Amino acid sequence: MKLKTFTGGIHPPDNKQWSSHKAIENCPLPAEFIVPLAQHIGAPSVACVEVGQHVAKGQEIGSAKGFVSVPVHAPTSGEIVAVESRPHPWGTALPAVVIKPDGEDRWSAELQPADPSDLSVDDMVEKVRQAGVVGMGGAAFPAHVKMSPPPEKKIRTLIFNGVECEPYLTADHRMMLEEPERILRGVALLQYVFGAERVVIGVEANKPDVIDLLEKECAGTPVEIMALQVKYPQGAEKQLIAAVTGGEVPSGGLPMDIGVAVHNVATAAAVTDAVIHGRPLIERICTVTGPAIREPKNLRIRIGTPLSHLVDVCGGLVEEPGKIILGGPMMGFTQLGFDVPSTRGTSGLLLLRSEDVAAQPEGPCIRCARCVQACPIHLLPATIAAYARRDLLAETEEYCAMDCIECGSCSYVCPAAIPLVQAIRYGKAAILAKKRNS
Amino acid sequence: MHAVFYSLLPACGVAVYFFGPSALTVLLIATLGCLATEAVCQRLMGQPVTIVDGSAAITGVLLALNLPPTSPWWLTLLGSVIAIAIGKQVYGGLGSNPFNPALVARVVLLISFPVQMTTWSVPAPLGTGLDLVTTATPLGEWKNAVMLTGKMPVDMQGSMSEYFFGNMAGSIGEISALALLLGAAYLFYKRILTWHIPVAFIGTVVLLSGLFWLVNPGKYPDPVFHLLTGGLILGAFFMATDMVTSPVSVKGMLLFGTGCGLLTVLIRLFGGYPEGVSFAILLMNAATPLIDRYTRPKTFGALSQRGTQ
Ligand code: SF4
Ligand code: SF4
Repeated sequence: MKLKTFTGGIHPPDNKQWSSHKAIENCPLPAEFIVPLAQHIGAPSVACVEVGQHVAKGQEIGSAKGFVSVPVHAPTSGEIVAVESRPHPWGTALPAVVIKPDGEDRWSAELQPADPSDLSVDDMVEKVRQAGVVGMGGAAFPAHVKMSPPPEKKIRTLIFNGVECEPYLTADHRMMLEEPERILRGVALLQYVFGAERVVIGVEANKPDVIDLLEKECAGTPVEIMALQVKYPQGAEKQLIAAVTGGEVPSGGLPMDIGVAVHNVATAAAVTDAVIHGRPLIERICTVTGPAIREPKNLRIRIGTPLSHLVDVCGGLVEEPGKIILGGPMMGFTQLGFDVPSTRGTSGLLLLRSEDVAAQPEGPCIRCARCVQACPIHLLPATIAAYARRDLLAETEEYCAMDCIECGSCSYVCPAAIPLVQAIRYGKAAILAKKRNS
Repeated sequence: MHAVFYSLLPACGVAVYFFGPSALTVLLIATLGCLATEAVCQRLMGQPVTIVDGSAAITGVLLALNLPPTSPWWLTLLGSVIAIAIGKQVYGGLGSNPFNPALVARVVLLISFPVQMTTWSVPAPLGTGLDLVTTATPLGEWKNAVMLTGKMPVDMQGSMSEYFFGNMAGSIGEISALALLLGAAYLFYKRILTWHIPVAFIGTVVLLSGLFWLVNPGKYPDPVFHLLTGGLILGAFFMATDMVTSPVSVKGMLLFGTGCGLLTVLIRLFGGYPEGVSFAILLMNAATPLIDRYTRPKTFGALSQRGTQ
């Protein structure tokens, strides 16, 4: 059978062999946690603890501000040693709560498990909000907002994203393999919340072990496991929806406009923890990998663990890395050092050697159209980038720059090594800035 | 770029086999001439010299393949200078030229030096010891006859299999369909070529010339003749597919190829010149920005294509 997919896309080497066979390990506690108050799309939370105060594991340390915001919780029990700006993965210093663990790792007594059959939909959404659950695939959009679509937008199809199409990353793979129960309970809860008719878990065909396991686990349930063609960016929301349903999310619109909602499999697991166990989102699975780390691993890390600690736990560096990336090589965020903490969106820490990132000098565009064929949004990346670089913003927008999902496929295939996605990203930011000012 | 170079080697080999040292001389002068012109232009403009990227060398080989094997050295050299200086560097170098540089040079030469550019010779395969004797190309032979008598010539010199292997008069690179197809197959294999332009181009020529042939086989040659003689295969696979001067979208490429085919047949059958491939491609090069504008792919999720203007 021909596997489903979308049009466009690329086939980068997947490099998952470094860590795909490694079982998840619990990462030991670091000497200090740096928990950023801004970890999600929307308003950052506000610190609600003071220096010197003792907190229990899972206790709220930052409260949500507004609807599109979520609270932040203590990753372990310990003492608050600072509330101050610290280097953040987004590139600047941002407010964070610094905690010194007391070593007891004691849960807050207020967090109690619940029987989901006693809970209404609204109760569940509220529990998810209180637990600070956000999209774990990288976007970090508050889950409770996605779970409360306006009544006229009926969600008929609920898709779970187990694609993990970014090269190197294996965190979702290992989680699906080792903790299917945790994910599937969340899947059932979310199906109940949305009242969706169709539930699909999409997995790339390069994870046959996961597909076999989930098919066995889901036998007799309405949950469908769909093997998808291996292609980047298969896991991008719009491309996943196109592969599963054949529908296209309208330009400038949201999945709910065509009756679809997409959640990451790791988000489903976090929903299970929140609704059934009453536990907030304070940990996640993260792949520490790449040729510059001695021992690649899949780690269960607490949110706020400094990257330097992750490096130590994985046996240290083989050599000084040429590039430090949070997330995958295609869409991850490049970091300047190891002093930043992990956040809820940290699916991986990738350490590349200088020789892996040696840049070819940029040449002129030879109009080879490889970027056009690769673009999953069917844009003309060469044209948009050329306009954006000349600050011709009207033309940049005219050629649909705002539809670009910044997947980087165009830059990846360009034989002239033109930084296309970087130019387009710049153009998008300039267009938004201009709109805001006018 | 190097793959394109290798893909042209069989055609060069066949040319040297049939036309001997004169073809080799044209190939060498054109290639070196293009490299030198590129270096001089870039030096004069104070830019880094990029002749190692291979693009000027390929222009040189393509130019040579489009010239008669008996071209005098000054004609070839002039062609190289025109191709690189006027066809490419004045527009800003690699990637910015609207027209295929080798074809610009060929057409300028054809118009300025019609005698030298249309002096063709009978192949004299290596080892036969024959001298190159002047003759007409099959297309020229047909055109002359039609112009004079309004009918197909009674006995054409060549047979279809001779045309296929390259035993006919013509420019250096257009004579052997077999060698060109071998090179093209290699480029397909290396995924440098896509099928869209060549198939649309050749398909249109075969269909349209077939129609005319069916209507009046006494006057119009059959499609196979069109296919194997003249520069169609060289043009469709190696000239029209130049990425810089052809559209970027699949729809655009199909339109471009079809346009090339249409113009080629019209020029061959009704124009003043016996061969129309170069003119057709250049005309379509000029239409490329327009084609690109009207064949923009539909943006993912767009309800209707906005802003094609
Ligand atoms: S233009 Fe945007 S969406 Fe298209 S390939 Fe480039 S980064 Fe991806
Ligand atoms: S891939 Fe690079 S060289 Fe090719 S058309 Fe796009 S921008 Fe130009």
